Amino acid sequence: MTIRKTTAMIAAITMLTVGACAKKAPDTLPPAPDGSGTDTGAGTGTGVVPGSQEDFLASVGAMGDRIFFDLDQYNVDAQDQATLQSQAQWLARNPAVRVTLEGHADERGTRDYNIALGERRANAAKNYLASIGVDPSRIDVISYGKERPAALGSTEEAWAQNRRAVTVVIGR
Amino acid sequence: MKRSLATRLTLLAAAMGAFAALPAAAQTPPATTEDTPRTAEVVAEVSTERTVIAVPAFATPAVVNVAGLSTGTLGRQIADVIAADLERSGLYAPLGPGSVRAITMGEVRAPQFADWQARNADNVVHGFVQASSTGGLVVGCYLYDTALQTELVRQGYEIQPGDWRRAAHKCADAIYSRLSGESPFFDSRVAYIAESGPKGNRIKRLAIMDSDGGNHRFITNGQALAISPRFSPDYKKIVYVSYLNNRVRVFIYDINAGTQKLVTESSNATFAPRWSPDGRQILYSMAVGGNTDIYRVSADGGTPVRLTSTPGIDVGGSFSPDGRKIVFESDRSGSQQIYTMNIDGSNQQRISFGGGRYATPEWSPRGDLIAFTRMGGGEFRVGVMTPSGGGERLLTNSWQDEAPTWSPNGRVIQFFRTSPGREGKSTLWQVDLTGVNLRRLPTPQDGSDPSWGPILP
Repeated sequence: MTIRKTTAMIAAITMLTVGACAKKAPDTLPPAPDGSGTDTGAGTGTGVVPGSQEDFLASVGAMGDRIFFDLDQYNVDAQDQATLQSQAQWLARNPAVRVTLEGHADERGTRDYNIALGERRANAAKNYLASIGVDPSRIDVISYGKERPAALGSTEEAWAQNRRAVTVVIGR
Repeated sequence: MKRSLATRLTLLAAAMGAFAALPAAAQTPPATTEDTPRTAEVVAEVSTERTVIAVPAFATPAVVNVAGLSTGTLGRQIADVIAADLERSGLYAPLGPGSVRAITMGEVRAPQFADWQARNADNVVHGFVQASSTGGLVVGCYLYDTALQTELVRQGYEIQPGDWRRAAHKCADAIYSRLSGESPFFDSRVAYIAESGPKGNRIKRLAIMDSDGGNHRFITNGQALAISPRFSPDYKKIVYVSYLNNRVRVFIYDINAGTQKLVTESSNATFAPRWSPDGRQILYSMAVGGNTDIYRVSADGGTPVRLTSTPGIDVGGSFSPDGRKIVFESDRSGSQQIYTMNIDGSNQQRISFGGGRYATPEWSPRGDLIAFTRMGGGEFRVGVMTPSGGGERLLTNSWQDEAPTWSPNGRVIQFFRTSPGREGKSTLWQVDLTGVNLRRLPTPQDGSDPSWGPILP
């Protein structure tokens, strides 16, 4: 028990460090999506279907499915490129899988403009994936604008988490 | 005889003249040719007086049930709706049927003026409800001046029983128009988005209601996100955006048929739709490879015409009431600003220069003003400016007020207000063009994206 706790703490510290070094990653990371809880432990990947969303998250990491943007921006910076490269590696190993790139904006914009902004962000991520070899016909794009925030607060931290492009596995 | 009401309101110093200080009078906004300098805001004390109007229950010559409705009960209900309309206008202090005595059928044409003067009423509304020979209702509507003892309004409406609220709104419109000199606006409807559920996964349903919140009806069931509805000018259809099948597309919903069709076939996202004033064309925005531009297409389908082509986001838009120009937003300058253009896309000109970002422009049905959302200093506020960009005035002051829509007479603006935080919600509000008489609209759930239609045909 004690050993496990220590391991978990080291993992947490590592994540915090990565967060602190990041240029624009949110200060507080949102909870991991369902199905990717930390309690799967160091097991042997029991029940994870290859090519599934769960498999994708296990490969790229709990927050490796998304990249973040500065206010009103949609450029893909070096950190985003590393995240997308990791996604591209998994996509190369699962060539039959299709994904949706969801573009999102924070709540501090008007509705229609935010849909357009989410389109820009999702396309920026799609274009980068295509530039490193992912067949763009495997990637659908949808903008949710400000309709589906990941962090619910009205703080700079929450908004930073919500300005995002998220890659979601939709099957094969 | 008048009730005094001191109102504290925020005005732009530049607009502090008679225009801003007289909410009731029929005025013309000051002519602005050049960009007038934007000045600091000041707080002004403005005193308004509200005319007292007695609205006793309408009489009936015989209490009869028509389609399950008693003419006697309806007489009271119609007076209640009229009094509520007049109260909501902010110009009148109605004495509704709950606070004044009922009238006899004989009094409808021969008011007891002394009684109403004794109640300090400047005006009195009388009326009747009667079963018609064809199974409907006849509603009579009269307005009198108690001091001059003269008749100011006399109207009659033959209606289906289910339309009794419309008769009340038409009567209230006749009273409002006669006393204020303004065009009517109560007999109109609003399309909006009803919201429920947690902030991270809101359920958003298309809904419609009368201008006072009556006759509320949900249109979609909430399985697909619905946003940005607009009534067609004839009220038969609603254009809106649905996330049906996880795509962002503009649909035209036929209210009577209960069916919907795509405005245009495209693999790209289409959104931000608006009708032309004649209902024949639809303006929408489309994102192609991340770049959003504005298009115009016949409401019956056909080949869309692309109106903008800058690398920036060009989005939204609203036709001038004469159908010759379009106001829209673009970030081609680096931030969201408001532009106008001809309907063929020519002559694109920026009109907002006040600092901060400007969005969601809506042309007034009177043609003289454009309402917008202005973002800056941590706030989203609703304001108006002339079509050339002059005379800017901000009407609201809150954390996030967004997306103004005009009353049919261009005197009142509805918008939605969002509160911050994890439990943040959106609700519908309205405010007079003068910045006074801010009120929340009652809706069964939370609400956003209001769209006020014209006077009902």
